[in-house]
Order: sequence, then C-alpha cells, then structure tokens
Amino acid sequence: MAVLSINNLVTEFDTDEGRVRAVDDVSFTAQAGQTLGIVGESGCGKSVTALSIMRLLPQPMGQIVSGSVELDGTDLTQLPIPQMEKIRGARIGMVFQEPMTALNPVHTVGRQLTEALLIHKDITPDAAIREAVGLLDRVGIPSPDVRMTEYPHQLSGGMRQRIVIAMALACKPDFLIADEPTTALDVTIQAQILELIKELQADMGMSVILITHDLGVIAETCDEVVVMYAGKVAERGSVFDIFDRAAHPYTRGLLKSIPTLNTEPKSTLSTIDGMVPGLLDLPEGCRFENRCTFSHEQCISKAPDLQAVKDQHQVSCLRWQEI
Amino acid sequence: MSLKQPPILKVDNLKMHFPVKEGILLRANKFNKAVDGISFEIQPGETLGLVGESGCGKSTLGRCIARLYEPTSGSIEFEGTDITKLKGKALMPYRQNIQMIFQDPMESLNSRHTVGDILEEPYIVQKIGDRASRAKRVRELLDIVGLPARSMTRYPFEFSGGQRQRIGIARSIALNPKLVVCDEPVSALDVSIQSQILNLLVDLQKEFNLAYLFIAHDLAVVKHISDRIAIMYLGNIVEESTGESIYHEPRHPYTKSLISAIPVPDPHLRVKREIITGDVPSPINPPTGCRFHPRCPRVMERCKIEAPLLRTIADHQVCCHLDDL
Repeated sequence: MAVLSINNLVTEFDTDEGRVRAVDDVSFTAQAGQTLGIVGESGCGKSVTALSIMRLLPQPMGQIVSGSVELDGTDLTQLPIPQMEKIRGARIGMVFQEPMTALNPVHTVGRQLTEALLIHKDITPDAAIREAVGLLDRVGIPSPDVRMTEYPHQLSGGMRQRIVIAMALACKPDFLIADEPTTALDVTIQAQILELIKELQADMGMSVILITHDLGVIAETCDEVVVMYAGKVAERGSVFDIFDRAAHPYTRGLLKSIPTLNTEPKSTLSTIDGMVPGLLDLPEGCRFENRCTFSHEQCISKAPDLQAVKDQHQVSCLRWQEI
Repeated sequence: MSLKQPPILKVDNLKMHFPVKEGILLRANKFNKAVDGISFEIQPGETLGLVGESGCGKSTLGRCIARLYEPTSGSIEFEGTDITKLKGKALMPYRQNIQMIFQDPMESLNSRHTVGDILEEPYIVQKIGDRASRAKRVRELLDIVGLPARSMTRYPFEFSGGQRQRIGIARSIALNPKLVVCDEPVSALDVSIQSQILNLLVDLQKEFNLAYLFIAHDLAVVKHISDRIAIMYLGNIVEESTGESIYHEPRHPYTKSLISAIPVPDPHLRVKREIITGDVPSPINPPTGCRFHPRCPRVMERCKIEAPLLRTIADHQVCCHLDDL
C-alpha cells in the first residue's frame, strides 16, 4: 500500500523583508485510500505544504530547508528534477483552487488532457485522445468529444474544475492533492465536485489530501485531519477526534465561531480575538498565545511540541490536559 | 417587530437589463437580464438575507437599491418616495440613508487616503460639520467599530482584512443611514474573523436600528443574521420566508437542493445529499417557462412553457407550479 509521509518539513521563503518560515516542522502521513484534510486560515502554510510535497515552490524564493517527503520510502525532496517530473502527475496528481488559472487559456482542453498522458505513458496520440475522451466522460462532462476541441473560457467554472480533476487523474495517481478545489465554486457545484472526488477515490483506491479552510467540507469528506496555525501543526487526529474531542484551544475556538444552521439567529458568536502573528515576527513561545483564552506564563516562553492525547490524536499545547 | 409598520424599503417589479453589445457596430440586440422582475419589502431595523449562486443577480439588485445603477424598470420606494429615477442633487438625501458595505475591503478603500480621510469624506460630500467636529466624529466611528483612534493617520494597507472591513463598516454608518446594503461582507475573511464582523454587524443593528439587505452565498451566515430570507435564481426570487422556516421547511425544489448541498460541520451527520446537476444557465438567454426547470428534479411539462408566479403557501412565498409544496 502506498504511503506518503511528511516528516519535520521546514519550508522558507526569501522576501524583501527577510526570510520567513512558512512551514515549520510539519509532519503527517497520508494512507492509501484515505482522505486527509489540512485545515487552517490564510497564511497558515497549508498551500505551501502542498507545493513543497510537489516541489512546485516558486523559485528561487521558496526552499525546503529540512525534513523529508517520503513516497513509499523515497525522499522526494532529494530527487533530481527529471525524476521528480516522473512522480508529478503519474504518482501524485494535483488540483488547484482556481481552475481558470490552472488551465492554459490558449490550448484546447484536448491538448492539455493528452499532454499528461503522452508524457507519462507510452501511447500513440490517437490512443491518448481516446483515453482523454473517456476521462472527460468519467468526470461527468456531457458530450466529451465536443469539449475536447474547446478552450477553457468556453466552459463554466464547475466544468473547468472537472477538467482539472480529469487532468490530475489522467495517469491514475496514488495520491491526489486538492488545494481548495471548491472554494471558487458555488455551493451546488461544490457538492457535485466533492461527490465526484469521493466516487473517483472509491473507484481508483487513491488517497486524497484535501486542503481547505471550510470545516464543513472537512467534516463531510475527511478521515484524518491536520489543523495548521501560523506554519505549525496545532492538532491532528481522526475527524471525530477533531470535531468531538478537540484538544487545542484554537481548534475549539474555530469550531465554536462558525455559525451553523442551528445557532440562534443574531446571537453573539464566540470569537477568537486578535490576529494571527506575522511570519516575520513570530513569538518565542506558543504561536497562538496572544489569542488564547487559556494562556499562561509558560506559554509565552516555551513553544509546545506535539503530544499524544490518545492513539493518533496529537496536540501542540502545553496546557491541553488542564483545559 | 410588528409587520404593520410602513416598510422602509419597498421594491416593486424591479428590472435591471444590461445591453450586450456585439458585432462591429456594437449594437445591443441582446440583454443580460440580471434582475428580472423582483419585488420585496424591508421593515425598519430588519435584516433581509438575499441568497443565490454567482450570476443570479443578487449583487446587481443590491447596487440598484443603493442606486449605483439606474434600474431599467420597476420602482424602489424608500420611506414612501420613489427613488428609481432620481438623479444628482435630488438623490443626495437618500445617499445618506442608504449605504453600502462591499465584499473586498481592499478594493473598496482608496489606498492613497488615510483612514481618517476615508471616514471624513462622507461628511465633506454631504457638507456636514467643520473640520474639528468631523475629526471628533471620525474618532467616535473608529471606537464604535473597535479600532484605536491612532488608526486615523494610517493607510488601508497597514490593516488586516478584518480590520479593513471594520473601516468599510465605519464608513457605511458614518451618516447614520437607515438601510445598509451588505454585499458579501464576510466572504473574503477567515473563519475566526468572520464571526467578529458578524457580531459587530448585529450589535450595530441593535444600537442604531439599522435595516440590512444582507447579500451572501453562505447560507449558514445569512441565516445567522437575517430575519427573513429571499432565495434568488437567475434574476428572480424563487422563495421567501423567515430564516427558520426557509431552513427547516424549504418548499421550492431549488431551495431544498441548495440547503442539502451545504456541508455540515459535523462528521456524524454525513448524509447522502440531493445533488442537483448542471450549471446556472446564462441570464442573457434564460430557459423558457420556469428558469429552474432544466435543473429541477421534479420538472413537469408545464414548467417548460409557463413561468410560475410567486404564491403564498403558509408563511412562504414560493414561485413554483408544484401543488404539493
């Protein structure tokens, strides 16, 4: 069974104001056939984690400083680029947030779809076209042979995202990394796309890493969840650990602050006051300390490590047992 | 709140058609019927939530109400006066009373002006007060929305998204309006910031008896803040009722599928959802009959020919031919 494990990953960016550590000591493992969710607010490092796994960080600013990304025992961070190119698309597929920017506007859908097949598989152009039509049909695009000759601007947002998914799945990868795949879509289209990803996952037995800020999407689709905050893993565990037994004050605060269909209208929502610290001046101690209602002296000076709550449920908080 | 009060806003059969210019001569032979015959009322101090998918015309409707657009036909009555065709000076008193909060707080604030300038501008435009009294009022506004007074001399880029939205809100309440059109005010914000802004909007409403037209696509957010909710589809309102009733007893097939599509943040409640297929059609060439018929799970022959009218079923207004709603 294929396993993707991220171990103590550290990714830094060179910016005009200095070097920032966007991902700091992040570890998690994605198991075959499962859906792993990474949830967090903007700037928490969830997308940079995905780009680090794919080695798609903007160059030369972004660099993996330490840690490893192991796919079945091979460390992807050490692979030469040509070998990494064989992994991308073939073993790990990726779906981006905005389908219009992920597709090339001057090439037809057909050309973009067959590209992946021709690079990774030893097949003739005709066979690639036949396979691409089959893929479009599989992701639920009506009259796929007509769509092959069309350009991305001729399609709706939901259709474009289906095409991006078809491209990512062209070579039947073991892992699919979906970075906010439904954020740009309407709720009825979001439901269609999430359902499609689930179906394809069941069909092909692949593992999905779903990155989102939407806790509803996480609850609906994920088995395992990683909660990130300011570049670090705040908490991780099964979806039930996170939603039923959240141990980190940040996870709890997030869950309490979202209005649901059952909250009393116009009641005061609980909030997490303050803001995420800037990556340029991170505190010495816990990164959530300035917004935490359980903050204590030790939290200011000492950065917490991940501690086991129970089995696979881990939390990065000094005081989780007391709160 | 008694419904006997005269409404602060009464919209009747409002239409906003944008010409689509084509060909070398740029003739407008087609129209984008973004808002196509909408009627509703808002009471003083009440929130009407407006929900719909992108392209359904909800933002266009908001901009018509704030009179950023001149509607094609129909009427918008504010406290009994038709403001639909007013222009220039005649519109000035209504501009004071109807304000707007925009989605993207970066684009709606002038990046070359200090926060003090931005918040003072409404008073200058409306020729209210002198310099000293305006500065005092700006400090009050900042205090109301929870920003420190020293923010006055700073520029929008120095603030986070949530703080910028607070500045946008401060500007919208500067002139003590009676109605604020909120166009997706929290959708660009992170979850933990969203709740701060929603709380602020609810507090302001209680304190100043504001009426809101709250436009959003996130149904849980809309339900939280609204007294009544109208669901829009392709330029029409398809259902309207109280927030509780829309969610617990949706009548229109579109409302039902919309509610069923919302992911619930509870892993114990994973249910097989009723997913509607297809995309929202183009408002330039909308389907005949009921506009929802190509996607409707319960479509009948009649729906393809005859457009349904809004009718009252219990406390709902529903626009559908089905007789067992």
